[in-house]
Amino acid sequence: MTRFVVSRLAQMLVVLFAVSVLTFLIFNVIPAGDPAARMAGKSPTPTQVEAIRAEWGFDEPLPVQYVKTMEQVLGGSAISYFTQLNVREEIVKGLPRTLSLAVGAAILWMTMGIALGLLGALRAGRISDRLITFVALAGVSLPVFWLGALMAYYLGFKAGWFPNGGYVPFTEDPLDWAYHLVLPCTALAILFIGFYSRVLRSSVLDTMSEDFVRTARAKGLSERQVLVRHVLRNSLIPIVTLWGLDFGAVVAGGAILTETVFDLQGVGQYAAESVGQLDVPPVLAVTLFGAFFIVVLNTVVDIVYAALDPRIRVTT
Amino acid sequence: MGQSPWRLALRRLRRDRVSLAFGALFVVLVLGALAAPLWASAVADRDPDRTNETGQIEVDGSKVDVVSLDGVPIGPQWRGEYFLGADSNGRDVMVRLLYGARNSLLIGLAAAFLTTLLATLVGLVAGYFGRWVDALARSTLDVIWAFPVILLGVALGTALAVGGLKIGPLELGAGSMTISVLVIAIVYVPYMARPIRGEVLALREREFVEAARAQGAGPLRMMAGELLPNLTSTIVVFAPLMVANAILLEAALSFLGVGVVPPDPSWGNMIDAGVERLVTAPHLAIAPGLMLVLTVLALNVFGDGVRDAFDPRSSAAWGTRRP
Repeated sequence: MTRFVVSRLAQMLVVLFAVSVLTFLIFNVIPAGDPAARMAGKSPTPTQVEAIRAEWGFDEPLPVQYVKTMEQVLGGSAISYFTQLNVREEIVKGLPRTLSLAVGAAILWMTMGIALGLLGALRAGRISDRLITFVALAGVSLPVFWLGALMAYYLGFKAGWFPNGGYVPFTEDPLDWAYHLVLPCTALAILFIGFYSRVLRSSVLDTMSEDFVRTARAKGLSERQVLVRHVLRNSLIPIVTLWGLDFGAVVAGGAILTETVFDLQGVGQYAAESVGQLDVPPVLAVTLFGAFFIVVLNTVVDIVYAALDPRIRVTT
Repeated sequence: MGQSPWRLALRRLRRDRVSLAFGALFVVLVLGALAAPLWASAVADRDPDRTNETGQIEVDGSKVDVVSLDGVPIGPQWRGEYFLGADSNGRDVMVRLLYGARNSLLIGLAAAFLTTLLATLVGLVAGYFGRWVDALARSTLDVIWAFPVILLGVALGTALAVGGLKIGPLELGAGSMTISVLVIAIVYVPYMARPIRGEVLALREREFVEAARAQGAGPLRMMAGELLPNLTSTIVVFAPLMVANAILLEAALSFLGVGVVPPDPSWGNMIDAGVERLVTAPHLAIAPGLMLVLTVLALNVFGDGVRDAFDPRSSAAWGTRRP
């Protein structure tokens, strides 16, 4: 087990390094033109551009530039050239908001996805199954920024049932915190509900034809016990794996559209607003933060899996 | 008499009326986009960029401002000119919707095609050669995979929106639509290359590959002649879903301001402009949004039918959707 953990952590470091190199390339090498001018955003002054060139070392060889860029971003000294605010502080400020959204949405999409997927599998081929399939496909087809904007306007602003945006910290008023999160979490969860219910449906159908399910039936378990104890337990494995990836992606900037539409001021919205001003340091920092977060989370999921299932340790 | 898997699959697909209907809907939408100039010249008599902030049109016998004095554009008229109303510059929303469809569909189709091409190539080469080639390809895909799709799209879009693109002889100006195509295509490559590589690995162990190798087939003939034909059903299953994903990502990037640059219309940037005016002119956001949902839904339902027909037990293609 120790060997597995060590090799997995070593792999993680390699991927993290590659991710940072790729991010560096995206922002500094691939685009044409003067990188200092690009870093400075939409309408920089010449002195600003000169200062950036010296600060990020754009006149030096590429490896030196890479090191300087990483120092700026990871060391927390990068500042937005548009708002002059420290990038790391802004990300730390946005993180609890993004986490609230991601946790709320994840609870919603897991419960609904599992319920609909199970129902679809049990009624496979019948009208209700086809209906669930269609609803799931519709959910996957809805662009979250459009759906969210309409929800915020019609259910929030016009009907007044929910706040049409904004965020209240949990420590200030837990009830109001939850109330503000209802619409954004629902909007974000709809895509995943469609997707997870489909995956669970086919996974349940696969498990049902396994030998151990027949054995469970043969030894006289009730249909309900077979379903909960044997079928569902095994069918949940792919869902849990996906959940690790998706939750990571949502926290790491995948909720950029939902946050923007509902004005949650999370990490994603911070990136989105910086994009609008073509302000590179914040986008660079959020991209790096997001990718790092996903890589670390995936490693943790892998290690937990290996602890639970010894077979994995041998094969990888 | 045995039938080839292709014929069986096509027969299954032909029986699936719902999927075929949605496939036809997508074709109709494409035809509508192609007919955009026809609508613009023959029906609406307005071109997509012509503004009309001070003009008036006749409604029920009286003259009405196209854009009122406090900046509220006129709503849907349901006839020739301003069929779906005007936007805040007095441009015809229906005409812009059809021209936007051209951009959105073109970018979506081109990006999905490029993704398929790259993913097949990477999957084939990595799976066939194995060893360090495979290791290199796999780790590259893993690194791209580590980024959330939308964030990687935004990062690439932002970097290229300022400077344009320059790799060797290839040079693209900032704001070129080819940039959107490249960004979207690259972001989705791992999602398709991984399953294709897996399939190649499985195929490599089969007897017919062994037989071809014994006949002295070189790598090229092996990949193009023996392996590729066996990958077609996987590619066919992925294709409609990749187009749907690409169209959605294009809309999201344009919504965030790093896709199609106004005044060129695309559904994404039309929704972006419309969302700010939901209070006074909801048609500006609803019309392009509905078009987008309809297109993506058509592709997803059709794609689901194709998957059922070709590969009933697989849910692999569902893994292609990540935020």
